[in-house]
Amino acid sequence: MPLACILNCRNPIGHSPKMAGHMRKRRRGHEQADIEDRLESLIKRVGEKSSSSLESNLEGLTSVLEADLSTYKNKILRILTDCAVLMPDKCSVYSTLVGLLNAKNYNFGGELVESMAKHLKDYLKNCEWEKARYSVRFLSDLVNCHVVSAGSLIQLYDTMMEAALEPNTPQVRRDWFVYAILSALPWVGRELFEKKERDLDRLKETIDSYISRRVKDHLVSLRVWTGQTLHPQEEYLECLWFQICKLRNDYWQEKHIVRPYLAFDTLLSEALQHSLPPLNPPRHTESMVYPMPKVIFRMFDYTDCPELGPVLPGAHSIERYLIEEHLSQILDQNIPERKECAAALLAFPQKSKVPLEYMIIEVILGELFRLPTPQYLEIAYGSLMIELCKSQPSTIPQVLAQAVEILFDRIDTMNPSSFDRFANWFSYHLSNFQFKWSWYDWTPCLEMEQDHPKPRFVQEVLEKCLRLSYYQRVVDIVPKEKNFEKLLPPKPEPRYKYTEDNNNVDPVVVIAAQNLIASVKRKTTPEEAFLTLRDLPNPLQEEGEPDAPYNPLKIDVLVQTLLYLGAKSFTHAFQALAKYHQILKALGSYEEAQICILRSVYEIWHDHPQMMTVLVDKMLRTEIVECSAVANWLFSRDMMQDLTRMYIWEILDMTIRKMSKRVAKLERELAESKEKLKAAATSDGSSDSEAEYGRGRKRKHGVDMPSEKPTEEMIERMEDKVEHAQTDQKNLFLIIFQRFIMILSEYIVRCDTDGKDFKTHWYRWTLGRLQQVFLTHNEQVHRYSDTLETLLFTSDVDSHISETFKQFLALRS
Amino acid sequence: MTRVPAIGVVGSAALSTYRDQHFKGTRTEQERALLQTTTLYVGNLSFFTTEEQIHELFSKCGDLRRIIMGLDKVNRTPCGFCFVEYYLRADAEMAMRYVNGTRLDDRIVRTDWDAGFVEGRQYGRGKSGGQVRDEYRTDFDLGRGGWGTMVQQKAEASQAMYS
Repeated sequence: MPLACILNCRNPIGHSPKMAGHMRKRRRGHEQADIEDRLESLIKRVGEKSSSSLESNLEGLTSVLEADLSTYKNKILRILTDCAVLMPDKCSVYSTLVGLLNAKNYNFGGELVESMAKHLKDYLKNCEWEKARYSVRFLSDLVNCHVVSAGSLIQLYDTMMEAALEPNTPQVRRDWFVYAILSALPWVGRELFEKKERDLDRLKETIDSYISRRVKDHLVSLRVWTGQTLHPQEEYLECLWFQICKLRNDYWQEKHIVRPYLAFDTLLSEALQHSLPPLNPPRHTESMVYPMPKVIFRMFDYTDCPELGPVLPGAHSIERYLIEEHLSQILDQNIPERKECAAALLAFPQKSKVPLEYMIIEVILGELFRLPTPQYLEIAYGSLMIELCKSQPSTIPQVLAQAVEILFDRIDTMNPSSFDRFANWFSYHLSNFQFKWSWYDWTPCLEMEQDHPKPRFVQEVLEKCLRLSYYQRVVDIVPKEKNFEKLLPPKPEPRYKYTEDNNNVDPVVVIAAQNLIASVKRKTTPEEAFLTLRDLPNPLQEEGEPDAPYNPLKIDVLVQTLLYLGAKSFTHAFQALAKYHQILKALGSYEEAQICILRSVYEIWHDHPQMMTVLVDKMLRTEIVECSAVANWLFSRDMMQDLTRMYIWEILDMTIRKMSKRVAKLERELAESKEKLKAAATSDGSSDSEAEYGRGRKRKHGVDMPSEKPTEEMIERMEDKVEHAQTDQKNLFLIIFQRFIMILSEYIVRCDTDGKDFKTHWYRWTLGRLQQVFLTHNEQVHRYSDTLETLLFTSDVDSHISETFKQFLALRS
Repeated sequence: MTRVPAIGVVGSAALSTYRDQHFKGTRTEQERALLQTTTLYVGNLSFFTTEEQIHELFSKCGDLRRIIMGLDKVNRTPCGFCFVEYYLRADAEMAMRYVNGTRLDDRIVRTDWDAGFVEGRQYGRGKSGGQVRDEYRTDFDLGRGGWGTMVQQKAEASQAMYS
């Protein structure tokens, strides 16, 4: 056992000195655990930075493991199969290791192949698609290491293609099988070409015909940029197919993958190979969730990168795919620690061969803008980019600036979801760099229509910058050119109308409002204070509704006054709402009244969208207003002029999410209780006995406090609650989609009547927002697709509008 | 994989070595509170940083339950720290990972786990009413009242002596 190998390794990770000492104390019986930890650590860290060569580390590790195979075989098997899948960027390192072990111990090689194949089957069954895909790749790479026979790999691929061609299964399922094969070919393509050329050709033809017959309706909705763009936004599977075709034309020679097994070729070729056990992919069931299709994000091509530097691999080169995937893997593995993540990205193994900064930025921005939603929090990407700027201040900031210019240039075809994320990210980024930016370069956008995405972007960015700083700061950062002022947000101040100097308001009302203010300041009870408004007339009665159940005037005066008094900060406003909660809740007993409350919020705070958002959030949480009221208010006539502004959709998104969270929570609680009931039933033997359940219950203040065992009755009540919540959720979606259809249809008709083209900026924004709701909340909306199809998206609806619904359905077909 | 340390024991979301000396309870209770809390202490704020700014930044990590501004005990004005309370610990952890060490109001802010807000903890504990660190610091920090209080007092004293 080469000592050098052991000495190269640091202490097993994850053990603080205290814990290691603790373990030393309990040595007897734990020595085995200790050794297992060391083995795990050795295996996990092979291939990482070391003073010895990778080959000698692999040789050393092989000797160590070989000696321990008899005692720790199962453990080693598990670690290796885990590493293959959890550290896919080291696929070839581990396949080489397995190859070396197989050469020394044929049985072990066989067991590992069996184990990996079993894991593959389990991953498929559990819908762990990425792990399954990496398993296929690993098994394929084992052919290179003479562990698996080429013939049996071909058989595996054939089985997978059978699944890809199985009729009456969703395309998203069948796509996966093809994708897994294609993503393994860069590793094993050459070997198969040399040993099984005919089979490889046959395979290629089958895949070719599959690709050409695929339906790509989903493509439109997942593209970051719509319409014709400089860089084709290609569908992920199609893009990979083109890349593999090009690779094949290059005789399967690729330049990126590090292949340690080449150094051991003589040794490995003497080993005996195994056959893969046949794979029976689990059958398709309705409950299986397949990976959603993706669109490849491309914003750079080789002309964007410095002329004298390394060349950016072309869009259809396999290197582009491999490097992008590798960078994504590094990101995935390190994102919880942003400093380490930045370091790992910048330490990319072959960084001198590619314009690394460009590829890193493209990968990160691609993930940030990904539709439907990014994988991680937007701020994770944002703070990672700040770290990158700090780590390489001579290159990264310039590339980022270049990226922003490119994105701004193409922003008129960017979909609203990505637009939002771009505006949020850019303002956040600027807030970390003193808001320094060459705003002046963007003055041409001042001449554009107000709803054009370019001036809209600048406005939204400035609005978000304001939220992160203060008014004068934002005024100071824009150029002093007179016109730039028009893109500045208004001063975020309250617009209270019940003041003595406001001639537009009936003096009687002003007096009542001032009395209310005095009462509140005197700290009377809310009920007493509210009495000051008792004599206010009801405009609804004057309009001919004698039985009006609410008084919009009273509501407006109360809400505006409370918010005016609590204008100093969010906390002040929340305190006002809290103190008057009972009264507000009583006033809002009808949806129309709730909409009045929301209108009042808008009247006083329309210059402070951030305040409006947190107030609506608070009112939803404290049940002063309901989600449906918020939705109806946002789509009401009064709010039409704000429909192209981001904050409206942020409030709508927040409202939908609240509803979804509520439903999810109740469903979860119901499922948990059902589990407990089932578990209790099986363990007790009898599930009918009331007494048994009675024993488990405690009584507190006369109220039943559920302990371990829920009753049938409780389950029923929970089921009712879940049903109620789901109905509310469905209604919310119905309201939202119906409103969208209405305003879009009316707009199209109006334009047609006026002889204008309806495809204006307003139209594009609004249609885009409809798409955004479908995409962002696709999981929830999916439950109610049938209802939506029957009730709303019927054949009467304009095809432009129903097209979005079709695209949404295509995400899962 | 076996024996991975509990999330938050190492790395950006780990507990720091700071322990509030005024905590009412045992060390063990404090540790447990820190490991379960959804509240963060946020320090190195400018005296002028508002609740709104804090809300905008920290809500990028999740829904905020409340923000409690740290106040000078004497004049009840913000004195450069606050507590940010999330509904979920996971969201607070995101703030530890992605907000800690970045800028707000042009200043690098520091976040740390806090055992939980208790009435009275919103006040600075320095002799002059602000935070302790502002008593003894010797640099000039425009966002935190200029010179540290001790330095300021000494300056005033010498001015008085020589005028």
